[in-house]
Amino acid sequence: MKNILDCTAVELGKMIKNKEVTVMEAVEVTLNRIKEKEADYHSFITVMDEAAMIRAREVQTLIDEGKLTGPLAGVPVAIKDNMCTKGTLTTCASKMLHNFVPVYSATAVEKLESAGAIIIGKTNMDEFAMGSTTETSYYGVTKNPWNTEHVPGGSSGGSAAAVAGKECIFALGSDTGGSIRQPASYCGVVGLKPTYGTVSRYGLIAYGSSLDQIGPICKDVTDCATILEVIAGKDSKDSTSVDVETDYTSALVDDVKGMRIGIPTDYFGEGLDKEVKEAVLSAAKVLQKKGAIVEEFNLSLVDYAIPTYYTIATAEASSNLERFDGVKYGYRTGEYKGLHNMYKKTRSEGFGEEVKRRIMLGSFVLSSGYYDAYYLKALRVKALIKKAFDEAFQKYDVILGPVAPNVAPKLGESLKDPMKMYLSDIYTTSVNLAGLPGMSVPCGFSKSGMPIGLQLIGDCYKEKNIIRAAYAYEKERGSI
Amino acid sequence: MVKQYETVIGLEVHVELATKTKIFCGCSTAFGGAPNTHTCPVCTGMPGTLPVLNKQVVEYAMAVGLATNCTITGDCKFDRKNYFYPDNPQNYQISQLYLPICHDGYVEIDTEGGRKAIRIHEIHMEEDAGKLIHDEGRDRSLIDYNRSGVPLIEIVSEPDMRSSEEVIAYLETLKMIIQYLGASDCKLQEGSMRADVNLSVREVGTKEFGTRTEMKNLNSFSAITHAIDAETQRQIALIESGEKVVQETRRWDEDKAVSYTMRSKEDAKDYRYFPDPDLVSVKIDKEWIEKIRKNQPEFRPEKMARYKQEFDIPDYDIEIITETKHMADIFEATVAICHQPKKVSNWLMVETLRLLKETNKDATDIIFSPDNLAKLIKLTDEKVINSSVAKEIFEVMFFENIDPEKYVEEKGLKMVSDEDALRKVIEEVIENNPQSVEDYRNGKEKAIGFLVGQTMKAMKGKADPGIVNKMLKELL
Repeated sequence: MKNILDCTAVELGKMIKNKEVTVMEAVEVTLNRIKEKEADYHSFITVMDEAAMIRAREVQTLIDEGKLTGPLAGVPVAIKDNMCTKGTLTTCASKMLHNFVPVYSATAVEKLESAGAIIIGKTNMDEFAMGSTTETSYYGVTKNPWNTEHVPGGSSGGSAAAVAGKECIFALGSDTGGSIRQPASYCGVVGLKPTYGTVSRYGLIAYGSSLDQIGPICKDVTDCATILEVIAGKDSKDSTSVDVETDYTSALVDDVKGMRIGIPTDYFGEGLDKEVKEAVLSAAKVLQKKGAIVEEFNLSLVDYAIPTYYTIATAEASSNLERFDGVKYGYRTGEYKGLHNMYKKTRSEGFGEEVKRRIMLGSFVLSSGYYDAYYLKALRVKALIKKAFDEAFQKYDVILGPVAPNVAPKLGESLKDPMKMYLSDIYTTSVNLAGLPGMSVPCGFSKSGMPIGLQLIGDCYKEKNIIRAAYAYEKERGSI
Repeated sequence: MVKQYETVIGLEVHVELATKTKIFCGCSTAFGGAPNTHTCPVCTGMPGTLPVLNKQVVEYAMAVGLATNCTITGDCKFDRKNYFYPDNPQNYQISQLYLPICHDGYVEIDTEGGRKAIRIHEIHMEEDAGKLIHDEGRDRSLIDYNRSGVPLIEIVSEPDMRSSEEVIAYLETLKMIIQYLGASDCKLQEGSMRADVNLSVREVGTKEFGTRTEMKNLNSFSAITHAIDAETQRQIALIESGEKVVQETRRWDEDKAVSYTMRSKEDAKDYRYFPDPDLVSVKIDKEWIEKIRKNQPEFRPEKMARYKQEFDIPDYDIEIITETKHMADIFEATVAICHQPKKVSNWLMVETLRLLKETNKDATDIIFSPDNLAKLIKLTDEKVINSSVAKEIFEVMFFENIDPEKYVEEKGLKMVSDEDALRKVIEEVIENNPQSVEDYRNGKEKAIGFLVGQTMKAMKGKADPGIVNKMLKELL
């Protein structure tokens, strides 16, 4: 029998269904693994030992009674700590929410729970999802299980590390500018940011509302499609969610004959690490050998993605984070004189440096007199970026490129130079700006032994195209 | 020569819409709940929650827009107005700045100089804030979020009004339209209609506007009138003395009849408006507009014209009855049952107005049903009860909407016209009032009135006064 911790979600789900393993065993083994590894990885902010075991028994009963038959029933899952979990601490990795226990769950969390997945904990992240390394967390740094001297990426670094470090079978992350794909790439796991509107954002503590999407972080493409099928769909609580076909697993076909794949040359220019470049291009060759039509093209506007992204995301964030004021929940400063002083001290003490930097940037670009020059201009560039992708998708089914310019950097390197950190989002942010689905699939390692990710980008609501390409590639590549 | 000044006024009118639930969540909008009982994670600004637009709010806003001759925006959007204050749980208000739902309309008002159109710049939808309660004794503040997320529309006029009379006429017109639509009860005292006055003065004949001020905290028509007159004088006095009017927001104190500076333009907040990314744009197509247009009620001017043709009642009655749609509805429904417009009108004009005045209510508070009023009229027509008993019953009906037929049965209030039953009582009255009897016999016709009264009293008001009168004359 395969070791529980080595199983994918779909494999473990089958074993539970076939009564080879009980849900309690699966949860217990996972919790033990967390106990053993947390000192090294620190993937979690909260581990839900007791609640997970209680729920495991309930789910086992429901499976035995034939009431839960889905592929994720009984499978342990970790949730990024910016998704609300009813009755369980939800911090966004911030001091600001150090004591916040929501009275409601995110829709995506609810959907996983109804499918029988067992939530075993809340994972570490960059504070309010602002960062690319999971080093801005108030609760300490998460380390990359491949080499604990390196960062796991971010902001969903805890979720990616938990999957890579076998501390859960799969996880949910959120992606505003690359926060699922980049850590998935750094940790050698699969991560998908769905088309904007595919997964409800209700209960996801907002960073950049027009860009945020929840998505799976998991061990293979099959899990990725299976999980997405469970969490996707229109939600009456989220006006921006859309009604989409969710039969993603039907795209798990090992056939890319005639699939048109475009490689944007602008993604392979200056700044891209040579090892990453080679690994990604050889992955393209694999697909070409399997019958895909691969060609290079010029996407254009790539240089504008980062400034556009940071203008829009921080503008929205500056407003989204206004509610954290010490009045209703979360952190409030100890001593203060009057309302204004309470706001000021609470927010100065409750938010970390990176969050404050982005709030200031966002407030600035929305200020009267600057709104047109920055925010509105950014919206116009966003529309142009979308147009550039629309044109590309006239010719191609899938766009293929790197996820990040480098492999995971060492701890402490990135925060020294925020501009450099921001530039590491160069290949991921435009996907959020255009609302497209993007997936990170492991495609090799650097000489230093760090994983490299391949990014597959699809047209809006065409997740099936990238799932098919990723699945075919994965078949050829074999397990990593 | 003394300079002549002209007042230029524009209004921002907030109206609370009569939806059952809030604008962005399913919480009740009912008044008077215990603090924070009409709340949920959405209207208390919990992290991760999202607004979902209440369609009824859009339809009410469209209805008001159509009734005020506005153009409806086919693709309107919500924006966030960012400011920190605890009554606003998100620290931003969801409102409309860039693309409001209605724009470029007008209403007509009657002024001394005849009909006049007041142009409407725009109507936009937004959410109300919660309520802060300052607990002075304990040096703390409490917040009640029951009102947080209650839907409002803001109707912004052009600076087309020139006097407090025109302002009141404009407000009365808006109120009438909105009440007729059922979109709001428009009560200034209760805050379901609030008006901020933008006012400037200029010399008659000048084309440019003067510097304006905005006046807040106007809770009644009289406060609005007082504030306009006072602000006009204040601005003229400043100009006359060579000073300048400062662009600022002022707060009216009705008790002291003066206004104070709230904030000047220099410290005006930067609200950092931007489109709310949590809400999709509202697509309003022609079909939807037509559907709303078709469902518009008959407004007051048309209703008055029709009443004049259909019902033989005085113009004054028509004016009063049509003042609210509620009373007009009761009138029409009652007439439809009993076919006696004059009698129905009398009940409304006399007893109803008296009781409303005594209880400090207005016509929208009437609770008795047309059914019951028709029954009451029938009971008096068929002489089952006499008119004084009818008045008593009406009073109970006014407060409790009782069924008069049942009430008459239960309380035994039927009029007694049986002569045998009355004879004994009348004989007793004659015996006990010899002086009046003698007066009558000596030719004092009036004395009989007293004897009728005594008989009615003995009968506890239930006798038929006509028969009593007739029998008394016989027996004397």
